Amino acid sequence: MIRIERRLAQPKWLSLAVPIGSVVVAFGVMTVVLLVTHHSPGSTFRRIFDTGFLGSQSLNATFVAATPLLFTGLCAAVAFRMQLFNIGGEGQLYAGAILGAAAGIALGNHSGWLSVPAMIAAGAAGGAALALVPGILRAFLSTNEIITSLMLNYVGALVISYLIFDSQSYWRDTSSPTAKVFPQGKNLPDAASWPAAHVGSLFLPFGLIAGAVVALLVWILYTRTRFGFEVQVIGDSPRAASYAGMRTRRKILAVMALSGAIAGIGGASQDGDFRHTLDPRGLTTAGYGYAGIVIAALARYNPFAVVLVAFLLGGIQNAGFALQGADFPSGLVGVLQGLILFCALGGELLIRYRIRFARTGHAAEAAA
Amino acid sequence: MPAAVELRGITKRFPGVVANDAVDFEAAEGEVHALLGENGAGKSTLSNILTGLYRPDEGEIALRGAPVSFTSPRDALDAGICMVHQHFRLVPPFTVAENVILGDHRGEGKKLMVHPRRIEQRVAELGRRYRIAVDPRARVWQLSLGEQQRVEILKALYREARILILDEPTAVLTPQEADSLFETLRVMADEGRTIIFISHKLHEVKAVSDRVTVLRGGKTVDTVQTKDATQRSLAALMVGREVALAERVERAGEVGAPVLDVRDLWAAGDRGGDALRGVSLTVRAGEIVAIAGVAGNGQRELAETVTGMRPAVRGEVAVDGKRLHSGDARAAIRAGVAHVPEDRLTTGVAPSLSIASNVVLKSYRGKSVTRGPLLRLGAIREHAAALIERYDVRGGGPELPARRLSGGNLQKVVLAREFHGSPRVLVVASPTRGLDVAAIETVHRYLREAAADGVGVLLISEDLDEIRALADRIFVIYEGAIVGELDARTATVEEIGLLMAGGVAE
Repeated sequence: MIRIERRLAQPKWLSLAVPIGSVVVAFGVMTVVLLVTHHSPGSTFRRIFDTGFLGSQSLNATFVAATPLLFTGLCAAVAFRMQLFNIGGEGQLYAGAILGAAAGIALGNHSGWLSVPAMIAAGAAGGAALALVPGILRAFLSTNEIITSLMLNYVGALVISYLIFDSQSYWRDTSSPTAKVFPQGKNLPDAASWPAAHVGSLFLPFGLIAGAVVALLVWILYTRTRFGFEVQVIGDSPRAASYAGMRTRRKILAVMALSGAIAGIGGASQDGDFRHTLDPRGLTTAGYGYAGIVIAALARYNPFAVVLVAFLLGGIQNAGFALQGADFPSGLVGVLQGLILFCALGGELLIRYRIRFARTGHAAEAAA
Repeated sequence: MPAAVELRGITKRFPGVVANDAVDFEAAEGEVHALLGENGAGKSTLSNILTGLYRPDEGEIALRGAPVSFTSPRDALDAGICMVHQHFRLVPPFTVAENVILGDHRGEGKKLMVHPRRIEQRVAELGRRYRIAVDPRARVWQLSLGEQQRVEILKALYREARILILDEPTAVLTPQEADSLFETLRVMADEGRTIIFISHKLHEVKAVSDRVTVLRGGKTVDTVQTKDATQRSLAALMVGREVALAERVERAGEVGAPVLDVRDLWAAGDRGGDALRGVSLTVRAGEIVAIAGVAGNGQRELAETVTGMRPAVRGEVAVDGKRLHSGDARAAIRAGVAHVPEDRLTTGVAPSLSIASNVVLKSYRGKSVTRGPLLRLGAIREHAAALIERYDVRGGGPELPARRLSGGNLQKVVLAREFHGSPRVLVVASPTRGLDVAAIETVHRYLREAAADGVGVLLISEDLDEIRALADRIFVIYEGAIVGELDARTATVEEIGLLMAGGVAE
């Protein structure tokens, strides 16, 4: 008989062993899937590794894929730490992309020193504003933020599509005849292109560095400040927080705003680092926000672990693009990513519970 | 004749602890058998094994001489073993009759169509016979805790339980209600049923049981005839040494000016309705004032409203003559109101955070532990280490998560934090519930010391022994209103009990 018992103590090594084990199990199951679909697991995994992590060209592509994941992962981790389940990172990233692009266009081609910080601020404001909607509802009306933040993702996706495809908005390029037939966003001026750091042959996007800085700041905020102390207490026991006289509502608003702002910067980074236009189709099909939830869960809400996991998942995603082809449907890459999430959530169970194999009926045997 | 129930050599291990260590226990038909022991002695584990919730690692269970092995609670129910838990297992929106047949898979409860009338008749009949009247059509949420307990007992009777286990049944009863429960148990035992009565209250065990089995540290210490035992001898068996029973200690300190003034305080309960209905009372410096009452009569709401965790609907709370802003816990803390909440594990501390974090739960904004917006983690750790030392908290250092502490040590952490802020008023709710005798002694000593230092103590407790041992004055609360004020030196248990049941003081 198999029994699941709650662990009384959670050993430290488990929090490292379980995520790694989860990924191993996911690859194990993927092997079966690949064999069933007549692909060679060995060569597939080698190609994932090669195109994801080997050589500077692969790594540069992985950095590009990892940058938005880093922001959405931090967005989820920041909120989840306080048991505030903001799964609206997707929509908040769009909001950041919209306002970030607006700032970039509006400031014209004067100076990067002006445009880049302005785009970051505008993106953060956009994400924060959208995140505050579920935040306010939660703080004052106790509405479930999971549902409201999720629903706003669809609102965000429709708004961003509307701006380019269904309206003559500020963001839409209406200058040339072809742009009227094939709607597309205005190109951002050069000053709105975010600089990148060159380290040897590696090419680090500005957003990736900014994301790493944000991770560090979040870590300091959550472990070293009074604000973070309150977040820890509220996340652990809201009753203890109210007992200690903490202002829970304000913290809900602040954390939601912070969480949304981080996703929003991720959106602005899409404009400034990579796309150089407001690109609804690219953003809404990428699913960065949802991937961020997976990343936060795998990283156990630790901001430094988010950096690492975002890099690894970025690599797998990047490899996915390379694998896709006539002989390898893109769906299989999705299967692998889904398996990793599934195993990670299953692994959570192992951290909190232990599985015991108990003998049955030994009392009856003894009596016989 | 074989015993109605016999447990031989029961051992149950949990990670890091042996909850039951080769426990032997037997109870005859027609007896009330008390299971006595401190918290953590293994009483609950043993009853959970007997009711099929846990499986023993070693040992065997025999009913009337026949060995049995339970793989689930249902097996135990089918064997005629029922348990009345401390926290009732009832469905609040259901009627009494519906709760009674819930889970009954032999008679009425098994049918697709439920015939409420028939069950209601049967329930009413049982109630008459055992003198535990409850309206079978009442919804459980409308009933008092004492009445809910009767529903639990009716459930057992309806299922024709041969063995009934009651876990600390008197915690929710007035002394008079407890007496009537004891009569019911007697009637049931006289019919040949076996009653296992779990308690750590010595006078109850003396009053109701035929025999007593004492557990200590997971082992059986002894089984004695109740009539041959005294409260003192039972206490010694339970603790393993001679103990001073909670007795009144007169305190020297002077009673000073009023520090806490509560005027016509009204507050809403969690489910709406008035949980507090015009409470007025005064606590002076150096005085311990007790609020006595049956659980659920507004005590929790009173503690929360006075300490600012719950907004008042009407009325006011003043500390040192200054009115507190209603529903503002931070203002209350600043005014010098310390609070030891009844639910220490989820309210009194943040359970997953370290002892160090919990020690500064209220003072983390203070200058001594901060530098600008940053926390001085080193200073916090040192502060925690000093308090751990001074209050003799055992079990781990400043980095240990609070939930890993035992109840007594956890309470010491809470007390250490609350005393450290040099409070003016101390609101303590059920400060010794679930603690062992040694920890109770310690907590009582701290409370007396606090009063001697000039703190006004408001002690909210359901334990009359504790109230009589500590308090100077006693207020009795009933349905959210103060129904009487008594002098603790002269009040009798009967007087207090009558008021607790809503009677009128003479």
